[in-house]
Amino acid sequence: MVAQQNIKSKNMDHHVPTISVFNEHETLHKLRHYLPAQAPLHEFIHHNTLHAFQHLPFDKAISLAGRVLGYKAGLSLAEYQQLYTEGKIHPEALERAWKEQDLLQDWSHCRGLLFAETTEPNAQPLVGSLRKLWDKHLAFDLDANVYPVLFRTLGSFLDQGVALSGSPVQNKSFIHGIKELQKKSYIGFFRSARAKAFLLNKQTTLAEVLQLLVGDERLFEQYLFDTQFGHPGWSGMVAVLEENPKLLLDQRQIKLVDLILFELLIELDTLDRLFGNRWKPLSMYENYEPKDLFASQPFRDEEQALAIWRNAFEYSYYDQVLKGISDAQADPAKSEPASFQAFFCIDDRECSLRRYVEHLDTNASTFGTPGFFGAAFYYKPENGKFYAKHCPAPVNPKVLVKELGSTRKHKKDHHYTRKNNALFQGWIISQTLGFWSALKLFFSIFRPSFSPATSGSFRHMDHTSTLTVAANPIHMEHEGGLQVGFTVKEMADVVEGVLKGTGLTDGYAPLIYMIGHGATSTNNPHYTAYECGACSGKPGSVNARVFASMANHAEVRSLLANNGLHIPEGCRFIGALHDTTRDEISFYDIAELNESQKEVHLAHVKVFEKALDLNAKERSRRFELVGTKAPAEFIHKKVLERSVSLFEPRPELNHATNALCVVGRRSLTRNLFLDRRSFMNSYDYQVDPNGIYLLGILQAVAPVCGGINLEYYFSRTDNEKLGAGSKLPHNVVGLFGVSNGIEGDLRTGLPSQMIEVHDPVRLLVIVEHFPEVVLATLTQSPATYEWFQNSWIHLVVIHPDSRLLFRFASDGFHRYSPFTKNLPHAEKVEELVESMIENIPVTKLNT
Amino acid sequence: MEVLMILFVLLPLAAFVVSMLVPQHHENAIAKLAIYSLSINLFIVHVFIGWWIWGGRPDLNIKELVLYKSGDYEFFIDFYFDKISAVYLWVGSLLTFMVSVYSRVYLHREEGYRRFFSTMLFFFTGFTVLVLAGNFETMFIGWEILGISSFLLIAFYRNRRLPVRNAIKVFSIYRIGDVGLILTMWLSHHLWHENITFSKLHNYDLVHHTLSEHSMLGVVISLMILLAAAAKSAQFPFSSWLPRAMEGPTPSSAIFYGSLSVHIGAFILLRTHPFWEHQISVRILFGLLGVVTSFVCSGIANVQPTAKSQIAYSSASQIGLIFLEIALGFEWLALIHFAGNAFLRTYQLLVSPSLVTYLINDQFYHFKPKKRERNWLVVNRIRYTWYMVNLNEWYLDSFMFHRLWNSLKWAGNKLIPTGAFEILAATSLAIIFGGALLFYPLKPGENLVEYMPVFFSVLGIVAVLKSLGERKNAALALLLITTNHLCTALAIMFNEQFNHVHNYLYLSGVLPGTFLGLGVLLWLKQKKASVNLRQFHGLSGKFPVASFLFLLACLSLAGFPITPSFIGEDIIYSHIHIDQKWLISLTAIAFVLDGIALIRLYARLFLGSNPNTAFGGSYRSA
Repeated sequence: MVAQQNIKSKNMDHHVPTISVFNEHETLHKLRHYLPAQAPLHEFIHHNTLHAFQHLPFDKAISLAGRVLGYKAGLSLAEYQQLYTEGKIHPEALERAWKEQDLLQDWSHCRGLLFAETTEPNAQPLVGSLRKLWDKHLAFDLDANVYPVLFRTLGSFLDQGVALSGSPVQNKSFIHGIKELQKKSYIGFFRSARAKAFLLNKQTTLAEVLQLLVGDERLFEQYLFDTQFGHPGWSGMVAVLEENPKLLLDQRQIKLVDLILFELLIELDTLDRLFGNRWKPLSMYENYEPKDLFASQPFRDEEQALAIWRNAFEYSYYDQVLKGISDAQADPAKSEPASFQAFFCIDDRECSLRRYVEHLDTNASTFGTPGFFGAAFYYKPENGKFYAKHCPAPVNPKVLVKELGSTRKHKKDHHYTRKNNALFQGWIISQTLGFWSALKLFFSIFRPSFSPATSGSFRHMDHTSTLTVAANPIHMEHEGGLQVGFTVKEMADVVEGVLKGTGLTDGYAPLIYMIGHGATSTNNPHYTAYECGACSGKPGSVNARVFASMANHAEVRSLLANNGLHIPEGCRFIGALHDTTRDEISFYDIAELNESQKEVHLAHVKVFEKALDLNAKERSRRFELVGTKAPAEFIHKKVLERSVSLFEPRPELNHATNALCVVGRRSLTRNLFLDRRSFMNSYDYQVDPNGIYLLGILQAVAPVCGGINLEYYFSRTDNEKLGAGSKLPHNVVGLFGVSNGIEGDLRTGLPSQMIEVHDPVRLLVIVEHFPEVVLATLTQSPATYEWFQNSWIHLVVIHPDSRLLFRFASDGFHRYSPFTKNLPHAEKVEELVESMIENIPVTKLNT
Repeated sequence: MEVLMILFVLLPLAAFVVSMLVPQHHENAIAKLAIYSLSINLFIVHVFIGWWIWGGRPDLNIKELVLYKSGDYEFFIDFYFDKISAVYLWVGSLLTFMVSVYSRVYLHREEGYRRFFSTMLFFFTGFTVLVLAGNFETMFIGWEILGISSFLLIAFYRNRRLPVRNAIKVFSIYRIGDVGLILTMWLSHHLWHENITFSKLHNYDLVHHTLSEHSMLGVVISLMILLAAAAKSAQFPFSSWLPRAMEGPTPSSAIFYGSLSVHIGAFILLRTHPFWEHQISVRILFGLLGVVTSFVCSGIANVQPTAKSQIAYSSASQIGLIFLEIALGFEWLALIHFAGNAFLRTYQLLVSPSLVTYLINDQFYHFKPKKRERNWLVVNRIRYTWYMVNLNEWYLDSFMFHRLWNSLKWAGNKLIPTGAFEILAATSLAIIFGGALLFYPLKPGENLVEYMPVFFSVLGIVAVLKSLGERKNAALALLLITTNHLCTALAIMFNEQFNHVHNYLYLSGVLPGTFLGLGVLLWLKQKKASVNLRQFHGLSGKFPVASFLFLLACLSLAGFPITPSFIGEDIIYSHIHIDQKWLISLTAIAFVLDGIALIRLYARLFLGSNPNTAFGGSYRSA
């Protein structure tokens, strides 16, 4: 097969041993690279938390991330051993995982390592060890003096509207604001003359301040890493905002270097203030050996043992799936025409709903494709002051879609107006509204309902409004540098891309549904993480409606016909939105259907409603507090209640347990119970023999599904450092982040409530195509290839003719034959769903 | 019907005890226990208040239980019910009930589910004891329960560093409040020659007569009451503890620091109203403190960029106004204001996570870019200064903790350069010598004996300061605290001839506490756990039983109402004369430091770090 291709990371080379001289520019670049890249809350998008290590093979990367930054990026030995005793790791998978590697040849030695008792905690991470010396030598806690000042100054500067009056210097850049306050306020930040002079001097460099604090130039870089990774949340936020200030609605100018300078000066000021001239640079207290932080190191046997466990755990699950997929039969040619077709998002949460729809109406067929439906644009709701991006994060759209004629009303809730917190209004309010709060609290506990604070997916776009989908052909409008609406050519390209990419090239049903998805949650700062990732954390309703409108456009259809896509006259596309939390679907522009279409549509709506009830029931098996055995309609009501309950930290479980992504025809998975663990992208290799559409699919699958998968993975393995911890004590900071309590670091990653049921397994992408085509396709995009080559995502290809499985390794494809002999069968999905709360093994459904 | 009042205390107490026995992961049983008991409680509260209103809202007083009697000294539990208790009881019962229902689902699967509900029930027990208390002694029991359960709720996430540090901060402020109340009790003994009940304070003639004879004493008592109230209600200059208490799960922050706990200061003022209402100067001071707090805290609230700190400071500023209303004599207004503020802040905190959705949406549709502000130099200077002062919370936190803490450390290390072990040895020798002197009086003259009380008090403070500064040996730190208590006991014995039973009573909790504590430390050493005090060790996860026992040891050492030490403390103080300002001040300082040293010891060993993480330790800045 194709030999290994050496793809160089697009990032810089990390192995230049430059610890002898300090290069500010280079160090800052490194810092920005390694700091968490999490955007403000309302722009939350899943990404690989350890993106900075992606240029390394997975095993090496997590070992390095642990040693240097103290991240626990995989399960521990004890956890794997526990999984093994529970039977969740198959002995066969363990044996295979051992055989596949060549570092630990001797089985008894390897066995000893695998089942070793863990006693000693790992060594302390490198980053953080230098700055600790302050505490050792001066017996005082520098953090406690520096962090409160730093965090509140940053918080106040970046604040988007929590404070009644924000920082008076918000219109300046951060460092100029600090200078202004130091100069013109009667009370500055600093009392130490040196700190003041450094701040007000325009030429101050980090090196100068570091000279005083650290002394030895070879330690500067590590000291900066120590300071910034003392509060990775804040530093990461600043680095992200420096890169893209537009992420805040009310923009600010801030740079990481300014934050660092300010922080170092606070340190200097604190030391001067508390110890006068009784302190000296850190390197003068003891001889601290400079270290090359990210230098590669030999891979230890213990780490290899963990890698074996990791693979064994993953293949204990994958193997069942692969067995099921390789057994799947191609669909027989249908005699009856399809009753309707429905497109859903690739999202793992749509996996079960599609199954129910198909079971309830066996003539219906469903498709999966990224939920922006190929239509990339900015959306501006009526009266909106900003544009919201409706496509995957890396795409930069050139088109604007505007909402017109909305009748949406904004309900006010006085509990969120800041007047409550002012003195005199507060005096009146607390004596009047105060008692109203008691009532509201009572009702929100005993009869939860929608409130202005609920983030509801259906509110994103008004039903009665219209959208500017098609551009004015005669007089092209522009707004904010964007073209208003799509041209006919652009629209035809979008529609063709989706139809050909998913393999629906003929046999169009009279009604075709484009179903985007969104979510509803209350009291949830991470609300955007629940929405459609392919729409940059917005509900996919707008995209679905835009696509439907494009596909219904007469001129578009004639262009499509030229390219071989003959959509019959009577065929109509309908945009819709599935709320994954509430399990409700709302359909758009039904008024435009003719009477007979309306009638047919109403019959389909019944199918959807029934499917939604069943879907709610299936989801409920993970909710301990809802009995799954009750009738579906009853459970659905409980599920609806969850979405608007103030006290429900798990309105839905989002992408938890995701593990797969199937790129192929529906026949591969139609009769498999995959337990909502699979992303599904419809794809027909016959339509795309050269892998042109496949490339597009994999380019989206790797960062979107891979990003989601790894964010869950790492948040689960180290919820303390890579996740956000429990959301119960979270405190909203400036509307852009959350912290624990009032003076903590910003928390990045996912809260424990989102990941607790997640099994940390990497994504397995299964593609139905010829291995050589897949390989040729992948190597065309180095960025995508890196994900697979470094094993951040697993890849298995199923050969369309022989039905044999081929697994990708860094040296090419190899045959894979599952050790699972038989998969369990189930007659009724409902009984299967009621049977247990944990992950259900892959099961064949008899239909 | 009055008997029901006891139920208000017993019901949550019983629920608390039972909840400790329910197995850890039986969420349903735990939640049901709490919700059922609190709903029954709420029902009885309504019946009782209905009956009370029907009966013409009489002031009820029940003398419940004499705990200790010796000569004319009597320590008894007493309950009292009037409109103030009625409002506080109603608001407290209603909110606690609603929040317990809220938390049933909200805390689902959280580690420490049982701990949360147990602590909440314990807190509520303390709250009812306090608001129904008929005398200072009973009130003090509730007060202490509130203090320790607050500590436990703030440090709910005991594996993290910040919650534990902040819990210690709050506990130290509470300890200052404790001193206010203890001194009030001490002074009252001397003023009334009995443990005065609140119902007697309503006797205008008695109060007026006594106060006209001892007007200075009356003022001092009022000031002590104010000290206790200000500390507990986060008034100036103690305000900075309130936002820092918001470390637990949001519902506990909402109900306790948003509403119930923080309004207790106002309650004490209302409760003692008949005592100080005729002291005009005192009333002006109360009102002024309220106004200053309102001014300062609303300024701070203005610039807070985080939801919880803003609500906390706004709440404190409203309580400032409540203080003013109380000082002006508008009792009903104050009560309504309390109830409204409590409800509002609870709700605001509970929905604070929604702030993002609501305000981002609001901003998306209604954003107006800020106008450029004019650059008048002087106006700007004032504006900037005002901003800086408020942003830095008027430097209250840094003053309270860094300044005071650093001076304590300085005093411990620099003023007394001798090592902790030498100090322990020296103090022990002095105690033995002092004890001998007491039983076999030599005749070195009266003079020497006269200085003994102060000498031993100072020695006690030295010991406890050393304990605070100790960074290596936990056992040493513990023993130093014990010697502090022994010194206090000796100091009092030299001060006045009295029944030694009083001292035994005092030491009845101290000595067993010491032995228990040392036992736990020895056991931990055997288990190879590191017990130095340089950092937080977070041993509670690994050794939960040891952690619980050590907490009990610390509590008995601190004179918490689980051992007779608690009564002993009260009696011991009564042997200090009203004119011995030095002795009482030193004893009070020793009391504050002792509590802080104990809680630090417990926290360093058992909290603040997560030893189970792969790389040890916890995320330091979260």
